[in-house]
Amino acid sequence: MLIAGAIITSTGTIFLFLGSLGIFRFPDVYNRLQAGTKCTTLGAFLTIIGVGIMQPDWFLKALLIALFILLTNPISSHALGRAACKTDVPLCEQTVTDKSQEFEDCRRQAQ
Amino acid sequence: MEQQNITAAERIKSFAYLLVFSLAVWLALTSSVEIQEVGVGIAISVVVALWLSRYYFRLGLPPFSAKRVLFLFIYLVVLGAEILKANFDVAYRVIHPKMPINPGIVVIKTGLKSDIAKMALANSITLTPGTFTLDIIGDNLLIHWINVKAEEVEGATEAIGERFEKYLKVIFE
Repeated sequence: MLIAGAIITSTGTIFLFLGSLGIFRFPDVYNRLQAGTKCTTLGAFLTIIGVGIMQPDWFLKALLIALFILLTNPISSHALGRAACKTDVPLCEQTVTDKSQEFEDCRRQAQ
Repeated sequence: MEQQNITAAERIKSFAYLLVFSLAVWLALTSSVEIQEVGVGIAISVVVALWLSRYYFRLGLPPFSAKRVLFLFIYLVVLGAEILKANFDVAYRVIHPKMPINPGIVVIKTGLKSDIAKMALANSITLTPGTFTLDIIGDNLLIHWINVKAEEVEGATEAIGERFEKYLKVIFE
C-alpha cells in the first residue's frame, strides 16, 4: 500500500513539475495556461489520491478533495483565460490563426 | 431573477436528492458510523437540503433515470482517458527541445441548449488535449487550441466538441 501510494504520488509530482516547466517555456499567457491547467489537474489529483492510498483511513476524504479540484480547476483557469482575452493580451508570434474577431461579431448579433 | 413556479412534488424530489447527496458527502468526510456523528450529519443535511431545494430546479438539472446514470458513467471514463491523453500531450510539448506548438484561437458551435450542459462541455474542453475554453456566447465557444488542425468552424467543432456532445446531450437534455 505504502509503495503503491508513493509511486502514484511521485507520478503526480512529475506532472506538477512538467506543468511548472511549461509555464516557464511557453511563449504567451494562453499557452502557459494550457500547461498550468492540464498538468496541474492530473498532478494534484494523483498526489492527493496517492496520499489517500498510503493512509487508507483518509482515502474517502482524499477522493472528495481530488474531485473538488477536478471540478474547480478548469473554472479558475477559464476565468484567467477569459480575463486575458477581454483585456486584449497579445498572442505570441507562432500563432497561426485568431478567430476572436468573428466571435465579437457573434456577441454583437446576440445583443 | 425570474421566479419559477415549482410544484410540491418537484420540491420534495429535489429535497430528497440533495439530502442523499449531502449525507453521502458527510459520511465520506467523517468516515465513521458513530451515532452522534451520523446524527449531526443528518441534521445538517436536512437544513442544507431544505435551504437549497428551492435553487436546485433553477439549475435545470434533468430528472434522474438509469440511462442518464449509465451515460454519465461512460462519459466519466471517456473524460478520464482524455485527461490522461491531455497530460501526456502537454508534457511532450513541454519537454521537446523545439517546443512543437502551433497555437491559435478558433470558434466552435455547440448543439447543447441548457446552461449547465454548456458549462459541462466547456469544462471538459478545458481538460482535454491542447484545448482551452476562453468564452461562450449563445451557442458559440471561443477556444484556444495549442495545435490547430482545422481553422474553420465546422472542422474545429468536429475535432473538439463532438466527442463529448453526444454523451452530454443524453445526460442533460
